[in-house]
Amino acid sequence: MPELATAVESLSLVIEIGGMPVRVHTTDPDFLAMLQDRYAGFVTSADSAASAEIDFDIDLTSPGSADPDADVRVTHQQGRWTLTRGDFRAEWEPVLRRGWIRQTANPYSIDAVLRIVHTLVLARQGGFLLHSASAIRNGKAFLFAGVSEAGKTTISRLAPPDVTLLTDEISYVRKNGRRDDAGYIAFGTPFTGELAKLGENVSARVAALYLLAKGSENRIDPVPPGEAARSLLANLLFFAQDEELVQSTFHAAFEFVSRVPIARLTFVPDARIWELIR
Amino acid sequence: MSKLYMARNPRVAARSLDGEMMIMSGRDSTLFTLNRTATILWQAADGATPLDEIVELRICHEFDVDRSQALQDAESLARELATHEILRISEEPIAQPATQSGSSAGEAR
Repeated sequence: MPELATAVESLSLVIEIGGMPVRVHTTDPDFLAMLQDRYAGFVTSADSAASAEIDFDIDLTSPGSADPDADVRVTHQQGRWTLTRGDFRAEWEPVLRRGWIRQTANPYSIDAVLRIVHTLVLARQGGFLLHSASAIRNGKAFLFAGVSEAGKTTISRLAPPDVTLLTDEISYVRKNGRRDDAGYIAFGTPFTGELAKLGENVSARVAALYLLAKGSENRIDPVPPGEAARSLLANLLFFAQDEELVQSTFHAAFEFVSRVPIARLTFVPDARIWELIR
Repeated sequence: MSKLYMARNPRVAARSLDGEMMIMSGRDSTLFTLNRTATILWQAADGATPLDEIVELRICHEFDVDRSQALQDAESLARELATHEILRISEEPIAQPATQSGSSAGEAR
């Protein structure tokens, strides 16, 4: 008897950022290859991460009039997160560790979904994603926060060879275990800015957060705690319209300010700035 | 003149840092930094103490200002904080949800 339907092979890979493995499933080998290229250095085989934190099924749709510049909307209802933007729709149930993403075959939509999902997971753990470059030097991680044009890409580009770049755009910060005095860890991310270079998939304890400012000389100045907190909050990535998570993220920012040195780093765009960062 | 009572909105997050009181709306993530007078109102907003008593005991005591003018300014400020949903105000005492530390649900120091 002839088969009435042909089984469609499901292809998978695991994208592990910040120590959190997310497995994605697709039936499109070209899309899988694109993801492997896009997240090179952050991809492990589907088999090596048996207990992925989340499994996402990708439902690829035909190209249409999707608008990636439309506002992101992230809502939580009855244990299920719904993520929407002009170019994607996704749902995720944390208890089941499963979700799906409906998008066209492009790398930007899933990238946005991953950023959002990581912010939601981190918010419950006292961590966050931050608009900042970050790098490791002498075994210590340094964060360089600022809005667009503040100098994140510039300071990343000026880094000397002994510096390991974690990201030039979005830093990944997680509490180091449950102890309050254990500090924070910064992880490399594949979330790139103008430098268009993936960060290294390594991590180190955060030694300082610098608020970037361009000026006529290189110097580091102290920042009052209130200003530090406001600056940190202004640079956090946060998407959810959820009161509980807003409160968690707010308190996480203040915990960070109370435990990590924060200063203003004024710099002229040349490599000597790294003489101050050790 | 009727009494005015204030209670902290438990749906905001609040932190005092180095003397600065910062509050974030849980609804839309707007961040507010309170001035000294607003901080006094926030800290004293227990739902049970009327505003005129707070002005008498806290604001006049700290700022050495005329009582009637201080009450007028404080009421105006309380109403403004209420429009931002930082405080709830009422002409009747306001029942507050029980907390372990005595501070509002969203506040930590």
